[in-house]
Amino acid sequence: MSFYVKKAIRNKEFMIMLAAAVILILIPIFAPVLAPHDPIENDYANAMIPGNKEYPFGTDQIGRCILSRLIWGGRTSLLIVFLVVGIVAVIGIILGIVAGFFGGWVDMLITRFTDIVMALPAMVFVIALVSVLGPSLKNTIIAMSLVGWTEYCRVSRALVLAEKESAYVQEARLGGLNRFHIIKRNILPNVFPYLLVNITQDIGNQLLTLSGLSLLGLSSQPPTPEWGFMLSEGRKYIQAAPWLIFYPGLIIVIHVIVFNLLGDSLRDILDPRYHKQKGKGRRMKVWLKENS
Amino acid sequence: MKKYIAGRILFVIPIMLILSIFTFGLTYLSPSDPVTLYYQSMGTKPDKEMVERKKEELGLNDPFLVQYGHWIEKVLHGDLGESYKYKTSVWSEMGKRLPNTLILTGATVFLTILFAVPLGILCAAYQNSFLDYLLRLISFLGVSMPSFWVGTLLMYAFGVRLHLLPIMGSGDLAHLILPAATLAFWMTSLYIRRLRGSALEEMNKDYMIGGMAKGFSRASIIMKQVLPNSLLSVITMFGLSIGSLLGGATIVETIFEWQGVGKMAVDAISLKDYPIIQGYVLWMAVIYVSINLIVDLLYQFLDPRIRLGGGKS
Repeated sequence: MSFYVKKAIRNKEFMIMLAAAVILILIPIFAPVLAPHDPIENDYANAMIPGNKEYPFGTDQIGRCILSRLIWGGRTSLLIVFLVVGIVAVIGIILGIVAGFFGGWVDMLITRFTDIVMALPAMVFVIALVSVLGPSLKNTIIAMSLVGWTEYCRVSRALVLAEKESAYVQEARLGGLNRFHIIKRNILPNVFPYLLVNITQDIGNQLLTLSGLSLLGLSSQPPTPEWGFMLSEGRKYIQAAPWLIFYPGLIIVIHVIVFNLLGDSLRDILDPRYHKQKGKGRRMKVWLKENS
Repeated sequence: MKKYIAGRILFVIPIMLILSIFTFGLTYLSPSDPVTLYYQSMGTKPDKEMVERKKEELGLNDPFLVQYGHWIEKVLHGDLGESYKYKTSVWSEMGKRLPNTLILTGATVFLTILFAVPLGILCAAYQNSFLDYLLRLISFLGVSMPSFWVGTLLMYAFGVRLHLLPIMGSGDLAHLILPAATLAFWMTSLYIRRLRGSALEEMNKDYMIGGMAKGFSRASIIMKQVLPNSLLSVITMFGLSIGSLLGGATIVETIFEWQGVGKMAVDAISLKDYPIIQGYVLWMAVIYVSINLIVDLLYQFLDPRIRLGGGKS
């Protein structure tokens, strides 16, 4: 592990992106300090004015400070995205490891089920689920979690399959170690770094999905600031106040770019083409194939 | 190969089964009662007795499987129920809207093939040139920007500022340009990146050196060998992208008021018009599943390398 840490510190792109990601996460955490105004306070006298000294990004249709709403909105948007990514990663990785490690009918059942879920259009399902359950943040999280785990399951299964035959796992099995012990102590720590790339890049994807749902009016309810919802509201005033849609979109794009690049550089660090370490080659090959 | 094709076609059965259970289950999941909703949409405030009588009449008190059986029988006969809002059958409403969605997605796929194939290959052929960097930057932005944001920006630039194109609406070519361009920008970017990647992988293979040693020009090897091979590996991804395209089309249709099935479904959400939402899910999924089936089968015929084995990988 320390080998990767050293490699990561030497990788300039990774360190820059990591710093950027940390800053993006810190901004909403320190929202009360950073935001110049109250995000839900109306100021009708100053409604729909473009950016100036008092309101750097301008104000919306009822005079709320857009910058403040963006800073506070990160709390809703990022929190949901992290929650969803956490849920789907745990579900997918557990299913994938179980399928890969136990094999047989368990593997067949899980793989078939994953194939079926992947064979259906995810976004359409999320839209349908949320609209029937009733538009709310909770239902958005449920719907996004129900369809988002398949990729993790597929990738972790492939990683475990490659890992299972390696000498040290065979040895542990011959030594009579408990299966769950082997999974926890040997397999999980070895496959997790590779899954980290998927997790990082999924943050951007889920953010795009979430903002899409908010745009359709399916997630957050007013007056809670949320980026996708801000876009949705601003759409009505596109002729008079284009900045209402410009800044929220820009914030989303920045987040997607940072987390995607972070994932890319993480992949570079883990890529065996830059180093030759015993036993990693086969696993990486599988992993690259699954991710290409 | 026969075994694979048979297996692939048979795989559609469990997919359809799960899909139909999910679609039917949607009304089961909903917190509000469909009969009450139905009466409310007619403008009457139903009392308990009326609701109960109607429920009994519609068989809504039967067990889940019995109801599911009735429903699937009706669906197989082309009856998706009646929309609460339009007061017509979901089927006829879908018939009106589906062509619009197909035109939009079809135009997007057409534009994607038109631009992504030549640009992706150019990127690979002139790797690390200025053109490559520029296209990589643009395509990276293209996949990072949410389609609804691109759509609204295009709407602002071409509709509000330049007055070149209509902002919203549906039907003719002028209205099609902006929504199709929005979706195509995302999809073209995605495929430039994918095609570039797979073409570069192909160019690293031995036949490239072999061909050059035999005296073929680099350009002719790229056109005749690298292009078909890298297109093949991109085709399988194409089927999967259709799912995102259909989801994206729903959002873009809503923004541009393009009267497709996505717009119809989104309108139905606030009215709790569940038969419409069911019809939407069913149709989108059927389109997606069939396109993936076609793509997978097509792949078997197009790639001679995998015609030999029986395994599915």
